[in-house]
Parts: sequence; C-alpha cells; structure tokens
Amino acid sequence: MTRRRLPEWLVLLLPAIIVIAAVVLIPLLFSLYSSFTPYKLTRPSTLWKWVGTYNYEKILSDAKFWAAFGRTVLFLTIVLNVELLLGLGIALMMNKVTWGQRTLRTILMFPMMFSPILVGFQFKFIFNDNIGLVNNALQSMGFNVALPWLVDGKLAMFSIMFAEIWMSTSVFAILILAGLFAMPRDPLEAAKVDGCTPWQSFRHITLPFLMPFIYIAMTIRSLDVARAYDIVQIMTGGGPARRTELLWTLMSRTGYVDARMGLANAMGYVSILLSILFTIYFFRKLSAARAELGMAG
Amino acid sequence: MDRNQSHRNRRRVLKTLHLTALFLTMMIICIPGLWIVLNSFRPTVEIMAKPPVWVPSFTLDHYRAMFAGAGEGGVPVFSYFRNSLIVSVTSTLIAILIGMSGGYAFARYRFKGKNGYFVGLMLFRAVPGVALSLPLFIVFAKVGIIDTHFGLILAYVAMNVPFTIWLTDGFFRQIPKELHEAAEIDGCTRWQAFWQVEFPVARSGVASAAIFAFLTSWNEFALASQLTRSVGSKTMPVGLLDFTAEFTINWGGMCALAVLMIVPALILTFIVQKHLIAGLTFGGVKG
Repeated sequence: MTRRRLPEWLVLLLPAIIVIAAVVLIPLLFSLYSSFTPYKLTRPSTLWKWVGTYNYEKILSDAKFWAAFGRTVLFLTIVLNVELLLGLGIALMMNKVTWGQRTLRTILMFPMMFSPILVGFQFKFIFNDNIGLVNNALQSMGFNVALPWLVDGKLAMFSIMFAEIWMSTSVFAILILAGLFAMPRDPLEAAKVDGCTPWQSFRHITLPFLMPFIYIAMTIRSLDVARAYDIVQIMTGGGPARRTELLWTLMSRTGYVDARMGLANAMGYVSILLSILFTIYFFRKLSAARAELGMAG
Repeated sequence: MDRNQSHRNRRRVLKTLHLTALFLTMMIICIPGLWIVLNSFRPTVEIMAKPPVWVPSFTLDHYRAMFAGAGEGGVPVFSYFRNSLIVSVTSTLIAILIGMSGGYAFARYRFKGKNGYFVGLMLFRAVPGVALSLPLFIVFAKVGIIDTHFGLILAYVAMNVPFTIWLTDGFFRQIPKELHEAAEIDGCTRWQAFWQVEFPVARSGVASAAIFAFLTSWNEFALASQLTRSVGSKTMPVGLLDFTAEFTINWGGMCALAVLMIVPALILTFIVQKHLIAGLTFGGVKG
C-alpha cells in the first residue's frame, strides 16, 4: 500500500472542520477582504477597489464608533458582573431550601428557553410608557407618572440591561447550583467545628470550590454575548438618538441600512475580536481553575 | 433563657428574609413570561385600555386570527412554525452527528496541536451572529442558497457544532477506555463498540447537547433575519416582526405567536431537564 490513509482522528474531525470552514471561515475571509474595499451593496463593482486600511482608519477616528464601543464594553462589564452576583445569590438561596427545590429549579430554567428576540419584545411591552405593565402598576399605586422607559437615554439603557440580566442570570444560577450540589460536606462541617463564621467558610471553602463552575458559566455566556443585539435591536433599535447604540446595532445599521458593507465588515472585525478576547480570557481562567482542582483532562 | 429567646428570634427573622427574597426572585422570573401568556388571551381593547384594566377577561380572538392566517396583516403562522421545526430539527440532528464524531476524536485520540484545534473550534462559536450575517448574506446570495431551508440549516449546523463538540468531549472522556477495549477484544469493530457500548453510556450528554443545539436554532434571530426573506423559509423569531407596523404593534397577536414559540421549547426542556444540568457541568468541569 503506497497510499497513505488519513489518521482516524482527522477523519472524525473532518466533517466539523469542513462545515465550519464553509459557513464561517470563508465568509469571514471574504469579509476581511471586503473590509479593505469601499464595498457597497448597491454598487457591486466597488468590491474590486482596494483602499487599504481606509475603513479602519475611518472607524477608528469616528467618535460615534468609539461611543458605541465604550458603551458595549461597559454594558458587558456591568451585565456580566450583575448576572454573576445575582446568580450566586439565587443559587445560595435555593441551596438552603429544603422543600420544593425541584419546582424552583424548573422555574429558574424558564428564561433560558426564551428567544432573545422574544425577551426584547416582552420587555418592550412591559416597559412601554403608555400601556406597559410597569407604568400601569406605578399609576395604579397612585404615582401619577408615566416614566419614558424606552425613550429616555438612561432609562432605556437600564431597561435593556434589565432584560439582558433577566434572560441570562439563570444560566449562572443553575450552573452554580449544580456546583453546590456536587460539593463535599465534610470540609464545611470541619470548618464549623473549628469555629469559622459563615462568611469565612463561604469565602475560603465554598467559593474556591465554585470557581470552576463560575468560569464555565462565564465561558458559556461569553460565547454569545452578542445575543444582546437581538434585545437592543427590538427594544430601542439603538435609539433614542444613539443613546443605546452598541457595536452590533451600529454595525448592522451601517451594513444593511446604509449598505456600506466594507465599513460594516471592518466594524464586524472589531466586534469579533472583542468577543474572541472575552472567550479566550474566560477559557484560560477555566483551565486554571480546573488545574487547581486537579480536574485537568 | 433570654439569650435563647433572642437567638430564636434572629433565626426566625433570617428565615423570613430568606423566603421573602426567594419569593421575590421567583416572581421577577415568572411575571414577564406570564404577562405575555395572559395578554395573549385578552382583547386588544383591554390591552390598550387607559386607565389599565386589572381584571382580565378571556378571549381566543388572537389565536383564532393567528391560525386562520387572516388576522391583521395575515401572518402565516403555520408556515413559520413548519419552517422553524424543519430547520431546527434537521440542523440539530446533523450538528449532533458531526459534533459527536468530533467530540469523540478529541476525547479518545492523541494528536499534535489538540488544544489548538479545540480552542480554535470554540472561537468560531464566539463570532457574533450579526458580524457573521453580513458576509454570510453575500456569500449565500452568490451561491444561491439564500432564502432556503438548506442555507439556514447549514448556518445553524456550523453554529452548533463547536458547542456540541465541547459537551460530548466531556462526556466521552468520562467513559473509561477499558469499556470499548473490552468490546473490541470480544470481537466488536471500533464502530460497533462505539454504537453499542459507548454511545448508550454517553446518551445523557448527547441529549443535553441536542437540547442546546435545538434551542439555539429555534430561538436564533440575527442570522435568520438576514438569510430568510419569504414565507417559504422565515422562522418564527423573524415572523414575530410581522406584528409590528411602522408605528404600532399588534401586541395581542404577538403574544399569541410568542406563546406558540415557547410551548415546544418548554415541553422539550422539561422532558430532559435533568440531562441539561448534568450535561453542562460535566461537559465543562471534566472536559
């Protein structure tokens, strides 16, 4: 036999590699190329004009882009931290419950099944300044106000964050809860005997044990942070007056509404890099935490 | 005696606080969803009423309009539902097959640059749908598979494969190597050993990966909104937009479609919820 056979692992991996190359890699290479051209959907011939780094220079010197970029990073930082803290709190509370825990856990999984776009519509409805649940409730309680939840810049940002946090906190809560279930009882009891306060035993025993679970949750979340696009797009569309414009809505507006694909793809690359940075960061944390627990594969 | 009493009081206060906090949390989680369900059964006049009507009346108008396809704007819900179902189920099945073989490769074989391949695959999952949708739209349009089930299925398979690999890899790794070695000694081929010995053991992991893949495709919007144009291929998340006009939104109709969208996901998740949690944690921690 002179013909070399492919190693088995490669044969097994090949379908995955082919699909991903066809659907993700090739389009990404194409968009990398087009980000160096003034490509406009309406004028296909512009695809063949090379303008070098013009698009990148343009977005890097664009105040609107930087505002959206900063807002996106701020948004992600706040949202991920709040989700983590709330998730941890909920998990600790649920762990103490002795009765009906399964039902509670089922309820907790509820938001995970919602489509992000549905969450967007749902909260657009609830925060509607005229017929929304929140304002109706406020008015029925006697406050004579109609807060412009989605019209005022700051309130709109708050509403969007609320929606995002509502949707994703349960991922953290459920994973951390699973960690709490898996935790051995002995160290905690030993700590109690030795006279640790509840805070001390939480800080030095529970939390380190939960770390890998927290990083799994973070990694899973960081894989699709851009889901927030659906919510923002539906709730405010980046408005009012670009007050809630995130990187992703700015990109889709540039690409689809203004049809400036080259420019939009350049922005796309910045957002891809941002996502990848988030993912790599948490992946490394995850493997470090695993190694610490001696669970490395 | 006195100290005992105060201790007991403190305990009681803490317990009440705990239960109240838990109750509030559960309320915040439940109310938005319930509000949607409730409103799908209320007449539009009542939804729009000012001052608000708190005692709901019951009507099936929105569902009737939706299923008759002749409601305001005539949203073809059945087609959307069918499209969603076809696309999600097919892409899940394909993604599971491809992902499983990939996960098996990572769990069972040693090769150069394994970690590199793994992280590389995961990074493709991190590419935001919006950023991908721009070039994918152009490429699919050139190939001529835009606005077809096939195009969308292909996109979702690629989206779901990395995560499926991650989860199944963790599960296959938990299965001792001796299991398939013993089967091979007993005369199974590697292929038979996999399907008859290892697959049944890893089934719950595969199930949880399948649920995640299904939910992702069922709920995806950013890609679908660009890759589908007509009734023949639009999925339900995209169909939701049909209820919005320039300045008004048909809230009742939208809520009805939303309920239709949640119910299958809900049923499916309840059936396999145990696997779901196990899958995520084991896949991640041990992987």
